Amino acid sequence: MTMTTKTQPGHASPAKPRVHHPGLNLGPAHQESEDTREEMVFGFWVFMMSDLILFGLLFGTYVTMLGGTAGGPGPGELFELKSAFIETMLLLISSFTFGMASLALKYRNDRKVLVIWLLVTLLLGLGFLAHELYDFHKMFTEGGVPSRSGFLSSFFSLVPLHGLHVTGACIWLIAILGQIAVYGVDSFVKSSLLRLAILWHFLDIVWIGIFSLVYLGGIV
Amino acid sequence: MSHRQLSEQEAREKSSELRTYLWGFGLALVLTLIPFGLAAYTQMASGTLYIVIAVCAVIQIVVHFRFFLHITLAKNKREDLQLILFTVLILAIMVGGTLWILFNLYYRMMPDMLP
Repeated sequence: MTMTTKTQPGHASPAKPRVHHPGLNLGPAHQESEDTREEMVFGFWVFMMSDLILFGLLFGTYVTMLGGTAGGPGPGELFELKSAFIETMLLLISSFTFGMASLALKYRNDRKVLVIWLLVTLLLGLGFLAHELYDFHKMFTEGGVPSRSGFLSSFFSLVPLHGLHVTGACIWLIAILGQIAVYGVDSFVKSSLLRLAILWHFLDIVWIGIFSLVYLGGIV
Repeated sequence: MSHRQLSEQEAREKSSELRTYLWGFGLALVLTLIPFGLAAYTQMASGTLYIVIAVCAVIQIVVHFRFFLHITLAKNKREDLQLILFTVLILAIMVGGTLWILFNLYYRMMPDMLP
């Protein structure tokens, strides 16, 4: 397969490719629907930022409820540094492997490498979810149920909401893998992958807030 | 077929973008390990430790935006930076206001709720 690159006349050095939308741009080799992609990615960013406000206010609610344990178990008894660390690492590595998948999409034609990176990302995401569910189960057995106190109610509206987002992102990723299997890497799949990458990296950013404020802040 | 034939410029772009992700991952890893390591292995005063955790978290968030989400200060991307900064402004007003009002209320009426 050969690619011809258009060089603009009058430029001694090739001009930087135009940036169409925030995040990784696929560049001139994937021109077919760059214009619709521009709108969709920007729209997704606006949605992401509204989601950020939602998470931010839940963080605020959590902080105001820190003192409201009502005699029930508090952060020191319920949280474990080790499991928070494992979950953090799983999510951070999955963010990196998604980056590798984006680069494979941009620079390679075969879908094998892309699919392998996406599968690794999916497995890391599912591992994170499994570990988080195991964590919640342990908290439940220690009496840390949402109805116990205001502190636990606010904890269980903040952290599982993030988990729910990760679940949604995993389902979306499975759907994209199905589309790749049936239709190949067409322009719709490319645009979906760009948006899912934004969601995935964004969820990792929210997790930074959770592990710093909720887990580390609670244990220290 | 496995490699698309890359032009010279694309090849350069590819290696610089790969470096971006590697740098981002490395920095994020360090910024995660510092607070976890300090919390697990040292007997630091909790006040200083809170500050270290907060500083590492803020830097790591910036690192993720810069290296994973490719939000930079470049001129052609200003709109998106403005979108993010405006969101941060809204968040600061709403979250800051919530904390201010509620902790003032606790201080005056429910001292037990102060952590």
